[in-house]
Amino acid sequence: MAELSRAKSFDVRRQPGFTAVAILCFFMLYAPMVALVLYSFNAGQSIGTWEGFSWRWYESAINNREIQQATIRSLQVAGVATLVSTIAATMAALATTRTRPYRGMTFAFALINQPLMVPEIVTAVALLIFFAIIKGATGYTGMGYLLAAHAAFCIPFAYLPIRARLEDMDLTLEQAAADLYATPWQAFRRVTLPRLLPGILAGAMLAFVISLDDVVITLFVAGPGQETLPLYVIGQLRRIVTPEMNAVSTLFLLVSAILVTVFFLLSRRK
Amino acid sequence: MIELKHGRRQWALLSPAVGLITFAAAGPLIIVLIYSVLQKGDYAGVIWNFSADAWFNVFLERDIFDDTVSIADAHLSIFMRSLKLAITATVMAFLVGFPTAYFIATRPARSRNIWLFLITIPFWTNLLIRTFAIMEIIRNEGVINTLLMASGIIEQPIQMLYTDFAITLGLLYVYLPLMVLPLYASIEKIDFRLVEAAYDLYGTRWKVLRRIVLPLVKPGIIAGSILVFIPALGAYVTPRVLGGGKNLMLGNLIEFQFGQGRNWPLGSALSITLLVLVMFALLFYVRNTTRSHAHG
Repeated sequence: MAELSRAKSFDVRRQPGFTAVAILCFFMLYAPMVALVLYSFNAGQSIGTWEGFSWRWYESAINNREIQQATIRSLQVAGVATLVSTIAATMAALATTRTRPYRGMTFAFALINQPLMVPEIVTAVALLIFFAIIKGATGYTGMGYLLAAHAAFCIPFAYLPIRARLEDMDLTLEQAAADLYATPWQAFRRVTLPRLLPGILAGAMLAFVISLDDVVITLFVAGPGQETLPLYVIGQLRRIVTPEMNAVSTLFLLVSAILVTVFFLLSRRK
Repeated sequence: MIELKHGRRQWALLSPAVGLITFAAAGPLIIVLIYSVLQKGDYAGVIWNFSADAWFNVFLERDIFDDTVSIADAHLSIFMRSLKLAITATVMAFLVGFPTAYFIATRPARSRNIWLFLITIPFWTNLLIRTFAIMEIIRNEGVINTLLMASGIIEQPIQMLYTDFAITLGLLYVYLPLMVLPLYASIEKIDFRLVEAAYDLYGTRWKVLRRIVLPLVKPGIIAGSILVFIPALGAYVTPRVLGGGKNLMLGNLIEFQFGQGRNWPLGSALSITLLVLVMFALLFYVRNTTRSHAHG
Protein backbone atom coordinates (compact mmCIF):
# COMPACT_ATOMS: atom_id res chain seq x y z
CA MET A 1 0.00 0.00 0.00
CA ALA A 2 2.80 2.33 0.85
CA GLU A 3 4.24 1.69 -2.60
CA LEU A 4 0.93 2.52 -4.22
CA SER A 5 0.52 5.84 -2.49
CA ARG A 6 3.73 7.18 -4.02
CA ALA A 7 3.27 5.34 -7.29
CA LYS A 8 2.73 8.59 -9.13
CA SER A 9 6.33 9.63 -8.72
CA PHE A 10 7.77 6.13 -8.73
CA ASP A 11 11.06 6.02 -10.65
CA VAL A 12 12.54 2.55 -11.18
CA ARG A 13 16.02 4.02 -11.41
CA ARG A 14 15.93 5.75 -8.06
CA GLN A 15 17.69 4.26 -5.06
CA PRO A 16 17.22 6.06 -1.76
CA GLY A 17 20.29 7.80 -0.38
CA PHE A 18 22.42 7.36 -3.49
CA THR A 19 22.17 10.98 -4.52
CA ALA A 20 23.25 12.09 -1.05
CA VAL A 21 26.30 9.82 -1.14
CA ALA A 22 27.15 11.04 -4.64
CA ILE A 23 26.97 14.68 -3.59
CA LEU A 24 29.10 13.86 -0.56
CA CYS A 25 31.57 12.09 -2.84
CA PHE A 26 31.94 15.10 -5.14
CA PHE A 27 32.30 17.33 -2.11
CA MET A 28 34.99 15.04 -0.70
CA LEU A 29 36.86 15.03 -4.02
CA TYR A 30 36.91 18.77 -4.42
CA ALA A 31 36.88 20.26 -0.90
CA PRO A 32 40.54 19.44 -0.11
CA MET A 33 41.68 20.91 -3.40
CA VAL A 34 39.55 24.02 -2.92
CA ALA A 35 41.04 24.46 0.56
CA LEU A 36 44.53 24.02 -0.87
CA VAL A 37 43.92 26.71 -3.49
CA LEU A 38 42.26 29.01 -0.96
CA TYR A 39 45.15 28.93 1.50
CA SER A 40 47.65 29.67 -1.27
CA PHE A 41 46.22 33.19 -1.04
CA ASN A 42 46.58 33.39 2.73
CA ALA A 43 48.45 36.46 3.93
CA GLY A 44 49.72 34.64 7.01
CA GLN A 45 52.28 31.87 7.51
CA SER A 46 49.68 29.31 8.50
CA ILE A 47 47.74 26.89 6.37
CA GLY A 48 45.02 26.53 9.01
CA THR A 49 44.00 30.05 9.96
CA TRP A 50 42.98 32.63 7.41
CA GLU A 51 44.64 36.02 7.76
CA GLY A 52 43.50 37.83 4.64
CA PHE A 53 44.12 37.76 0.92
CA SER A 54 47.59 38.14 -0.55
CA TRP A 55 49.68 37.22 -3.58
CA ARG A 56 52.84 37.05 -1.46
CA TRP A 57 53.27 33.25 -1.66
CA TYR A 58 52.97 33.31 -5.43
CA GLU A 59 55.64 36.00 -5.55
CA SER A 60 57.90 34.06 -3.25
CA ALA A 61 57.34 30.83 -5.22
CA ILE A 62 58.05 32.46 -8.55
CA ASN A 63 61.21 34.10 -7.18
CA ASN A 64 62.44 30.90 -5.52
CA ARG A 65 65.47 29.73 -7.52
CA GLU A 66 65.05 26.07 -6.54
CA ILE A 67 61.43 26.10 -7.71
CA GLN A 68 62.40 27.84 -10.95
CA GLN A 69 65.05 25.27 -11.75
CA ALA A 70 62.87 22.31 -10.77
CA THR A 71 60.04 23.65 -12.92
CA ILE A 72 62.28 24.10 -15.95
CA ARG A 73 63.68 20.60 -15.49
CA SER A 74 60.19 19.11 -15.15
CA LEU A 75 59.07 20.82 -18.35
CA GLN A 76 62.18 19.68 -20.21
CA VAL A 77 61.79 16.07 -19.11
CA ALA A 78 58.05 16.05 -19.84
CA GLY A 79 58.62 17.71 -23.22
CA VAL A 80 61.22 15.18 -24.39
CA ALA A 81 59.32 12.23 -22.91
CA THR A 82 56.11 13.37 -24.61
CA LEU A 83 57.76 13.78 -28.01
CA VAL A 84 59.53 10.42 -27.91
CA SER A 85 56.65 8.44 -26.40
CA THR A 86 54.03 9.95 -28.73
CA ILE A 87 56.03 9.11 -31.85
CA ALA A 88 56.74 5.58 -30.60
CA ALA A 89 53.09 5.13 -29.56
CA THR A 90 51.75 6.39 -32.90
CA MET A 91 53.95 3.94 -34.79
CA ALA A 92 52.92 1.13 -32.45
CA ALA A 93 49.23 2.00 -32.82
CA LEU A 94 49.56 1.90 -36.62
CA ALA A 95 51.11 -1.55 -36.31
CA THR A 96 48.46 -2.99 -33.98
CA THR A 97 45.17 -1.72 -35.45
CA ARG A 98 43.36 -2.24 -38.75
CA THR A 99 45.41 -5.32 -39.48
CA ARG A 100 45.04 -9.04 -39.43
CA PRO A 101 46.49 -10.70 -36.35
CA TYR A 102 50.09 -11.72 -36.79
CA ARG A 103 52.63 -13.57 -34.71
CA GLY A 104 53.64 -11.65 -31.63
CA MET A 105 50.94 -8.97 -31.84
CA THR A 106 49.40 -9.98 -28.53
CA PHE A 107 52.84 -10.05 -26.97
CA ALA A 108 53.62 -6.56 -28.29
CA PHE A 109 50.29 -5.28 -27.00
CA ALA A 110 50.93 -6.75 -23.54
CA LEU A 111 54.45 -5.30 -23.46
CA ILE A 112 53.25 -1.82 -24.44
CA ASN A 113 50.71 -1.89 -21.61
CA GLN A 114 53.16 -3.39 -19.15
CA PRO A 115 53.94 -0.10 -17.35
CA LEU A 116 50.24 0.13 -16.42
CA MET A 117 50.29 -3.23 -14.64
CA VAL A 118 53.53 -3.33 -12.68
CA PRO A 119 53.57 -1.27 -9.46
CA GLU A 120 55.62 1.88 -9.98
CA ILE A 121 57.84 1.17 -7.01
CA VAL A 122 58.93 -2.14 -8.56
CA THR A 123 59.79 -0.51 -11.89
CA ALA A 124 61.58 2.25 -9.98
CA VAL A 125 63.73 -0.26 -8.09
CA ALA A 126 64.46 -2.19 -11.30
CA LEU A 127 65.61 0.99 -13.02
CA LEU A 128 67.74 2.02 -10.04
CA ILE A 129 69.64 -1.28 -10.23
CA PHE A 130 69.84 -1.41 -14.02
CA PHE A 131 71.00 2.19 -14.42
CA ALA A 132 73.52 1.77 -11.60
CA ILE A 133 75.07 -1.08 -13.61
CA ILE A 134 75.19 1.05 -16.77
CA LYS A 135 76.63 3.99 -14.82
CA GLY A 136 79.32 1.72 -13.46
CA ALA A 137 80.16 0.40 -16.91
CA THR A 138 80.03 3.62 -18.92
CA GLY A 139 80.51 6.44 -16.43
CA TYR A 140 77.61 8.38 -18.03
CA THR A 141 75.54 10.20 -15.38
CA GLY A 142 73.50 12.64 -17.49
CA MET A 143 69.78 13.20 -17.94
CA GLY A 144 69.51 10.27 -20.40
CA TYR A 145 68.34 7.84 -17.73
CA LEU A 146 65.51 10.05 -16.53
CA LEU A 147 64.42 10.81 -20.09
CA ALA A 148 64.43 7.13 -21.10
CA ALA A 149 62.46 6.10 -18.01
CA HIS A 150 59.85 8.83 -18.52
CA ALA A 151 59.51 8.15 -22.25
CA ALA A 152 58.98 4.44 -21.51
CA PHE A 153 56.21 4.76 -18.90
CA CYS A 154 54.44 7.45 -20.96
CA ILE A 155 54.07 5.15 -23.99
CA PRO A 156 50.90 3.28 -22.88
CA PHE A 157 49.19 6.55 -21.96
CA ALA A 158 49.91 8.01 -25.39
CA TYR A 159 49.14 4.71 -27.12
CA LEU A 160 45.61 4.12 -25.83
CA PRO A 161 43.89 7.29 -27.18
CA ILE A 162 45.75 7.02 -30.50
CA ARG A 163 44.70 3.41 -30.87
CA ALA A 164 41.10 4.27 -29.97
CA ARG A 165 41.06 6.94 -32.65
CA LEU A 166 42.55 4.59 -35.27
CA GLU A 167 39.99 1.92 -34.51
CA ASP A 168 37.22 4.40 -35.31
CA MET A 169 38.71 5.08 -38.75
CA ASP A 170 37.97 2.62 -41.54
CA LEU A 171 40.32 2.04 -44.46
CA THR A 172 38.03 3.37 -47.22
CA LEU A 173 39.78 6.71 -47.63
CA GLU A 174 43.23 5.13 -47.64
CA GLN A 175 42.04 2.68 -50.28
CA ALA A 176 40.65 5.53 -52.36
CA ALA A 177 44.01 7.31 -52.10
CA ALA A 178 45.78 4.16 -53.23
CA ASP A 179 43.38 3.83 -56.16
CA LEU A 180 44.37 7.34 -57.18
CA TYR A 181 48.02 6.28 -57.31
CA ALA A 182 49.13 7.73 -53.99
CA THR A 183 52.26 6.06 -52.63
CA PRO A 184 51.86 4.50 -49.16
CA TRP A 185 53.77 7.42 -47.67
CA GLN A 186 51.63 10.02 -49.47
CA ALA A 187 48.46 8.25 -48.34
CA PHE A 188 49.71 8.22 -44.77
CA ARG A 189 50.88 11.84 -44.88
CA ARG A 190 47.79 13.26 -46.63
CA VAL A 191 44.99 10.95 -45.49
CA THR A 192 45.79 8.97 -42.33
CA LEU A 193 47.81 11.52 -40.39
CA PRO A 194 45.37 14.46 -40.63
CA ARG A 195 42.49 12.29 -39.46
CA LEU A 196 44.59 10.76 -36.71
CA LEU A 197 45.92 14.08 -35.44
CA PRO A 198 43.33 14.71 -32.69
CA GLY A 199 44.14 11.25 -31.28
CA ILE A 200 47.86 11.95 -31.40
CA LEU A 201 47.42 15.29 -29.64
CA ALA A 202 45.20 13.69 -26.99
CA GLY A 203 47.83 11.02 -26.41
CA ALA A 204 50.53 13.66 -26.16
CA MET A 205 48.52 15.59 -23.54
CA LEU A 206 48.17 12.50 -21.36
CA ALA A 207 51.84 11.61 -21.76
CA PHE A 208 52.81 15.14 -20.72
CA VAL A 209 50.57 15.11 -17.63
CA ILE A 210 51.80 11.66 -16.61
CA SER A 211 55.46 12.65 -16.96
CA LEU A 212 54.93 15.94 -15.14
CA ASP A 213 53.23 14.17 -12.22
CA ASP A 214 55.64 11.32 -11.69
CA VAL A 215 57.23 10.99 -8.26
CA VAL A 216 58.24 7.40 -7.60
CA ILE A 217 60.27 6.47 -10.69
CA THR A 218 61.84 9.93 -10.79
CA LEU A 219 62.84 9.62 -7.13
CA PHE A 220 64.85 6.47 -7.87
CA VAL A 221 66.26 7.45 -11.26
CA ALA A 222 67.10 11.15 -10.91
CA GLY A 223 70.75 11.77 -10.12
CA PRO A 224 72.11 14.61 -7.99
CA GLY A 225 71.03 17.96 -9.38
CA GLN A 226 68.23 16.41 -11.45
CA GLU A 227 65.39 17.34 -9.12
CA THR A 228 62.00 17.78 -10.80
CA LEU A 229 59.16 19.85 -9.34
CA PRO A 230 57.33 16.89 -7.69
CA LEU A 231 60.61 15.83 -6.07
CA TYR A 232 61.08 19.34 -4.73
CA VAL A 233 57.52 19.33 -3.35
CA ILE A 234 57.78 15.94 -1.64
CA GLY A 235 61.11 17.01 -0.13
CA GLN A 236 59.51 20.16 1.29
CA LEU A 237 56.61 18.25 2.87
CA ARG A 238 59.01 16.88 5.47
CA ARG A 239 59.63 20.39 6.78
CA ILE A 240 57.31 23.04 8.11
CA VAL A 241 55.01 23.75 5.21
CA THR A 242 54.19 27.35 4.31
CA PRO A 243 51.50 28.49 1.86
CA GLU A 244 54.31 28.74 -0.70
CA MET A 245 53.75 25.00 -1.29
CA ASN A 246 50.06 25.74 -1.81
CA ALA A 247 50.95 28.34 -4.40
CA VAL A 248 53.22 25.91 -6.27
CA SER A 249 50.56 23.19 -6.01
CA THR A 250 47.84 25.51 -7.27
CA LEU A 251 49.87 26.39 -10.35
CA PHE A 252 50.53 22.68 -10.87
CA LEU A 253 46.81 21.84 -10.57
CA LEU A 254 46.01 24.60 -13.02
CA VAL A 255 48.39 23.22 -15.65
CA SER A 256 47.03 19.66 -15.20
CA ALA A 257 43.41 20.82 -15.35
CA ILE A 258 44.00 22.76 -18.56
CA LEU A 259 45.80 19.86 -20.24
CA VAL A 260 43.11 17.37 -19.19
CA THR A 261 40.34 19.64 -20.45
CA VAL A 262 42.09 19.95 -23.81
CA PHE A 263 42.48 16.17 -23.84
CA PHE A 264 38.75 15.74 -23.28
CA LEU A 265 37.83 18.15 -26.03
CA LEU A 266 40.22 16.43 -28.43
CA SER A 267 39.17 12.87 -27.68
CA ARG A 268 35.44 13.57 -27.75
CA ARG A 269 33.88 11.50 -30.47
CA LYS A 270 31.74 13.05 -33.15
CA MET B 1 48.83 -0.99 -50.04
CA ILE B 2 48.32 0.99 -46.90
CA GLU B 3 47.36 -2.01 -44.86
CA LEU B 4 50.71 -3.31 -43.75
CA LYS B 5 50.56 -6.96 -44.49
CA HIS B 6 54.06 -8.03 -43.73
CA GLY B 7 54.87 -8.84 -40.15
CA ARG B 8 58.32 -7.40 -40.72
CA ARG B 9 57.05 -3.89 -41.46
CA GLN B 10 54.79 -4.07 -38.45
CA TRP B 11 57.65 -5.01 -36.23
CA ALA B 12 59.64 -2.11 -37.65
CA LEU B 13 56.81 0.18 -36.54
CA LEU B 14 56.60 -1.50 -33.17
CA SER B 15 60.33 -1.48 -32.49
CA PRO B 16 60.69 2.00 -30.89
CA ALA B 17 57.88 1.39 -28.37
CA VAL B 18 58.80 -2.22 -27.69
CA GLY B 19 62.51 -1.39 -27.51
CA LEU B 20 62.06 1.54 -25.13
CA ILE B 21 59.77 -0.36 -22.78
CA THR B 22 62.05 -3.38 -22.81
CA PHE B 23 65.04 -1.18 -22.02
CA ALA B 24 63.55 1.17 -19.44
CA ALA B 25 60.56 -0.63 -17.89
CA ALA B 26 60.04 -4.36 -18.46
CA GLY B 27 63.56 -5.69 -19.08
CA PRO B 28 65.16 -4.46 -15.84
CA LEU B 29 62.62 -6.52 -13.88
CA ILE B 30 64.72 -9.58 -14.71
CA ILE B 31 67.71 -7.95 -13.01
CA VAL B 32 65.61 -7.48 -9.87
CA LEU B 33 64.95 -11.21 -9.88
CA ILE B 34 68.68 -11.91 -10.20
CA TYR B 35 69.61 -9.45 -7.46
CA SER B 36 67.17 -11.09 -5.07
CA VAL B 37 69.35 -14.23 -5.02
CA LEU B 38 72.68 -12.46 -4.57
CA GLN B 39 74.67 -11.65 -1.46
CA LYS B 40 74.27 -8.14 -0.08
CA GLY B 41 77.15 -5.70 -0.44
CA ASP B 42 78.71 -4.04 2.61
CA TYR B 43 77.50 -0.53 1.83
CA ALA B 44 75.05 -0.93 -1.02
CA GLY B 45 74.73 -3.00 -4.15
CA VAL B 46 75.54 -6.69 -4.22
CA ILE B 47 78.37 -9.22 -4.19
CA TRP B 48 78.01 -11.61 -7.11
CA ASN B 49 77.62 -14.80 -5.08
CA PHE B 50 74.47 -16.86 -4.92
CA SER B 51 72.62 -16.44 -1.64
CA ALA B 52 69.11 -17.26 -0.49
CA ASP B 53 69.44 -14.86 2.46
CA ALA B 54 67.22 -12.19 0.98
CA TRP B 55 64.32 -14.56 0.38
CA PHE B 56 64.88 -16.11 3.79
CA ASN B 57 64.70 -12.63 5.32
CA VAL B 58 61.48 -11.68 3.61
CA PHE B 59 59.50 -13.86 5.97
CA LEU B 60 61.90 -15.21 8.57
CA GLU B 61 64.61 -13.91 10.84
CA ARG B 62 67.47 -15.66 12.59
CA ASP B 63 68.25 -14.64 16.14
CA ILE B 64 71.79 -13.25 16.25
CA PHE B 65 72.56 -14.88 19.62
CA ASP B 66 71.14 -18.39 19.55
CA ASP B 67 70.48 -18.88 15.81
CA THR B 68 66.82 -19.75 16.34
CA VAL B 69 64.58 -19.02 13.39
CA SER B 70 61.34 -17.14 13.81
CA ILE B 71 58.88 -15.28 11.62
CA ALA B 72 60.08 -11.79 10.66
CA ASP B 73 57.52 -9.81 12.62
CA ALA B 74 58.68 -6.45 11.31
CA HIS B 75 58.17 -7.45 7.68
CA LEU B 76 55.06 -9.48 8.32
CA SER B 77 53.36 -6.60 10.09
CA ILE B 78 54.12 -4.30 7.15
CA PHE B 79 52.78 -6.91 4.72
CA MET B 80 49.63 -7.26 6.79
CA ARG B 81 49.23 -3.50 7.16
CA SER B 82 49.61 -3.02 3.39
CA LEU B 83 46.98 -5.66 2.70
CA LYS B 84 44.68 -4.32 5.39
CA LEU B 85 44.92 -0.70 4.24
CA ALA B 86 44.60 -1.59 0.56
CA ILE B 87 41.54 -3.77 1.21
CA THR B 88 39.92 -1.18 3.49
CA ALA B 89 40.49 1.56 0.91
CA THR B 90 39.03 -0.68 -1.82
CA VAL B 91 35.90 -1.50 0.21
CA MET B 92 35.39 2.15 1.16
CA ALA B 93 35.91 3.18 -2.46
CA PHE B 94 33.16 0.75 -3.44
CA LEU B 95 30.78 2.00 -0.74
CA VAL B 96 31.27 5.60 -1.86
CA GLY B 97 31.86 4.89 -5.53
CA PHE B 98 28.87 2.67 -6.27
CA PRO B 99 26.16 5.19 -5.35
CA THR B 100 28.18 7.89 -7.13
CA ALA B 101 28.52 5.87 -10.32
CA TYR B 102 24.84 4.97 -10.11
CA PHE B 103 23.94 8.61 -9.67
CA ILE B 104 25.99 9.61 -12.73
CA ALA B 105 24.64 6.77 -14.88
CA THR B 106 21.03 7.73 -14.16
CA ARG B 107 21.48 11.43 -15.03
CA PRO B 108 20.09 12.74 -18.34
CA ALA B 109 22.55 12.13 -21.18
CA ARG B 110 23.62 15.75 -21.44
CA SER B 111 24.63 16.38 -17.83
CA ARG B 112 26.14 12.89 -17.52
CA ASN B 113 29.30 13.92 -19.35
CA ILE B 114 29.80 16.85 -17.02
CA TRP B 115 29.57 14.62 -13.94
CA LEU B 116 31.95 12.14 -15.54
CA PHE B 117 34.36 14.94 -16.31
CA LEU B 118 34.20 16.04 -12.66
CA ILE B 119 35.22 12.52 -11.59
CA THR B 120 38.02 12.33 -14.14
CA ILE B 121 39.64 15.70 -13.43
CA PRO B 122 40.99 14.71 -9.98
CA PHE B 123 42.28 11.46 -11.44
CA TRP B 124 44.52 13.27 -13.89
CA THR B 125 45.75 15.87 -11.43
CA ASN B 126 48.92 15.25 -9.54
CA LEU B 127 48.66 12.48 -6.98
CA LEU B 128 51.29 14.07 -4.75
CA ILE B 129 49.40 17.36 -4.67
CA ARG B 130 46.10 15.65 -3.90
CA THR B 131 47.84 13.82 -1.06
CA PHE B 132 49.25 17.14 0.14
CA ALA B 133 45.70 18.56 0.06
CA ILE B 134 44.51 15.74 2.36
CA MET B 135 47.50 16.37 4.63
CA GLU B 136 46.53 20.01 5.03
CA ILE B 137 42.93 19.12 5.80
CA ILE B 138 43.65 16.60 8.56
CA ARG B 139 46.77 17.99 10.22
CA ASN B 140 46.56 19.28 13.78
CA GLU B 141 46.51 22.90 12.57
CA GLY B 142 44.41 21.91 9.57
CA VAL B 143 40.93 22.92 8.50
CA ILE B 144 39.04 20.13 10.30
CA ASN B 145 40.73 20.58 13.66
CA THR B 146 40.60 24.37 13.43
CA LEU B 147 36.87 24.28 12.71
CA LEU B 148 36.14 21.73 15.45
CA MET B 149 38.11 23.72 18.02
CA ALA B 150 36.61 27.04 16.98
CA SER B 151 33.13 25.61 17.39
CA GLY B 152 34.03 24.30 20.81
CA ILE B 153 33.39 20.62 20.06
CA ILE B 154 36.94 19.65 20.99
CA GLU B 155 39.62 21.37 23.04
CA GLN B 156 42.66 19.48 21.83
CA PRO B 157 43.26 18.79 18.14
CA ILE B 158 42.55 15.18 17.14
CA GLN B 159 45.70 13.50 15.87
CA MET B 160 44.70 12.26 12.43
CA LEU B 161 47.85 12.86 10.39
CA TYR B 162 50.53 10.14 10.58
CA THR B 163 48.04 7.39 11.45
CA ASP B 164 46.70 4.38 9.54
CA PHE B 165 43.45 6.32 9.25
CA ALA B 166 45.26 9.07 7.37
CA ILE B 167 46.78 6.57 4.93
CA THR B 168 43.43 4.84 4.32
CA LEU B 169 41.73 8.18 3.73
CA GLY B 170 44.52 9.23 1.36
CA LEU B 171 44.36 5.98 -0.61
CA LEU B 172 40.57 6.26 -0.84
CA TYR B 173 40.85 9.85 -1.97
CA VAL B 174 43.46 9.37 -4.68
CA TYR B 175 42.14 6.11 -6.16
CA LEU B 176 38.36 6.70 -5.89
CA PRO B 177 37.98 7.73 -9.57
CA LEU B 178 39.42 4.34 -10.58
CA MET B 179 36.47 2.70 -8.84
CA VAL B 180 33.79 5.04 -10.17
CA LEU B 181 34.69 4.87 -13.86
CA PRO B 182 34.38 1.08 -14.45
CA LEU B 183 31.29 0.96 -12.19
CA TYR B 184 29.74 3.70 -14.27
CA ALA B 185 30.51 1.80 -17.49
CA SER B 186 28.68 -1.26 -16.12
CA ILE B 187 25.69 0.57 -14.65
CA GLU B 188 25.18 2.55 -17.85
CA LYS B 189 24.61 -0.74 -19.71
CA ILE B 190 21.84 -1.94 -17.37
CA ASP B 191 18.57 -2.59 -19.13
CA PHE B 192 16.23 -0.90 -16.68
CA ARG B 193 13.29 -2.90 -18.03
CA LEU B 194 14.67 -5.74 -15.91
CA VAL B 195 14.49 -3.48 -12.86
CA GLU B 196 10.97 -2.46 -13.77
CA ALA B 197 9.98 -6.12 -14.13
CA ALA B 198 11.39 -6.82 -10.66
CA TYR B 199 9.28 -4.02 -9.18
CA ASP B 200 6.22 -5.39 -10.98
CA LEU B 201 6.92 -8.67 -9.22
CA TYR B 202 6.81 -6.87 -5.86
CA GLY B 203 10.55 -6.58 -5.37
CA THR B 204 11.53 -4.06 -2.72
CA ARG B 205 14.18 -1.41 -3.45
CA TRP B 206 16.74 -3.35 -1.48
CA LYS B 207 15.91 -6.67 -3.14
CA VAL B 208 16.04 -5.12 -6.59
CA LEU B 209 19.42 -3.61 -5.78
CA ARG B 210 20.81 -6.84 -4.40
CA ARG B 211 19.28 -9.35 -6.80
CA ILE B 212 19.12 -7.40 -10.07
CA VAL B 213 21.43 -4.37 -10.10
CA LEU B 214 24.48 -5.71 -8.25
CA PRO B 215 24.70 -8.98 -10.24
CA LEU B 216 24.43 -7.00 -13.48
CA VAL B 217 27.30 -4.69 -12.56
CA LYS B 218 29.57 -7.45 -11.22
CA PRO B 219 32.17 -7.00 -13.99
CA GLY B 220 32.41 -3.32 -13.07
CA ILE B 221 32.74 -4.13 -9.38
CA ILE B 222 35.59 -6.55 -10.06
CA ALA B 223 37.35 -4.16 -12.46
CA GLY B 224 37.02 -1.20 -10.09
CA SER B 225 38.20 -3.19 -7.08
CA ILE B 226 41.27 -4.46 -8.92
CA LEU B 227 42.06 -0.99 -10.25
CA VAL B 228 41.97 0.45 -6.72
CA PHE B 229 43.55 -2.48 -4.90
CA ILE B 230 46.65 -2.81 -7.10
CA PRO B 231 47.99 0.75 -6.84
CA ALA B 232 46.90 0.95 -3.19
CA LEU B 233 48.90 -2.16 -2.32
CA GLY B 234 52.05 -0.80 -3.95
CA ALA B 235 51.49 2.79 -2.80
CA TYR B 236 54.55 4.78 -1.89
CA VAL B 237 53.73 8.49 -1.97
CA THR B 238 50.53 8.39 0.11
CA PRO B 239 51.94 6.40 3.07
CA ARG B 240 55.14 8.44 2.98
CA VAL B 241 53.35 11.78 3.16
CA LEU B 242 50.39 10.83 5.38
CA GLY B 243 51.96 8.03 7.44
CA GLY B 244 54.99 10.01 8.53
CA GLY B 245 58.07 7.93 9.15
CA LYS B 246 56.45 5.20 11.19
CA ASN B 247 53.31 3.86 9.51
CA LEU B 248 54.98 2.16 6.59
CA MET B 249 53.59 0.18 3.73
CA LEU B 250 55.32 -2.29 1.43
CA GLY B 251 56.43 0.42 -1.00
CA ASN B 252 58.22 2.31 1.76
CA LEU B 253 59.84 -0.84 3.10
CA ILE B 254 61.24 -1.53 -0.37
CA GLU B 255 62.56 2.01 -0.67
CA PHE B 256 64.12 1.75 2.78
CA GLN B 257 66.12 -1.33 1.75
CA PHE B 258 67.58 0.56 -1.20
CA GLY B 259 68.31 3.63 0.92
CA GLN B 260 69.25 3.56 4.57
CA GLY B 261 68.73 -0.19 4.87
CA ARG B 262 71.47 -0.85 2.30
CA ASN B 263 70.13 -4.29 1.57
CA TRP B 264 69.53 -4.41 -2.16
CA PRO B 265 68.89 -8.18 -2.36
CA LEU B 266 66.22 -7.95 0.33
CA GLY B 267 64.68 -4.92 -1.40
CA SER B 268 64.68 -6.92 -4.64
CA ALA B 269 63.06 -9.94 -3.00
CA LEU B 270 60.37 -7.70 -1.47
CA SER B 271 59.74 -6.08 -4.87
CA ILE B 272 59.28 -9.48 -6.50
CA THR B 273 56.89 -10.44 -3.70
CA LEU B 274 54.82 -7.32 -4.32
CA LEU B 275 54.86 -8.03 -8.05
CA VAL B 276 53.64 -11.59 -7.47
CA LEU B 277 50.78 -10.34 -5.26
CA VAL B 278 49.76 -7.89 -7.96
CA MET B 279 49.96 -10.58 -10.66
CA PHE B 280 47.66 -12.79 -8.59
CA ALA B 281 45.14 -9.95 -8.37
CA LEU B 282 45.36 -9.41 -12.14
CA LEU B 283 44.99 -13.13 -12.80
CA PHE B 284 41.90 -13.19 -10.61
CA TYR B 285 40.52 -10.29 -12.63
CA VAL B 286 41.25 -11.89 -16.02
CA ARG B 287 39.76 -15.25 -14.99
CA ASN B 288 36.60 -13.63 -13.68
CA THR B 289 36.01 -11.38 -16.66
CA THR B 290 36.62 -14.12 -19.23
CA ARG B 291 34.31 -16.47 -17.36
CA SER B 292 31.48 -13.92 -17.26
CA HIS B 293 31.99 -13.35 -21.01
CA ALA B 294 31.70 -17.07 -21.64
CA HIS B 295 28.39 -17.16 -19.83
CA GLY B 296 27.16 -14.23 -21.88
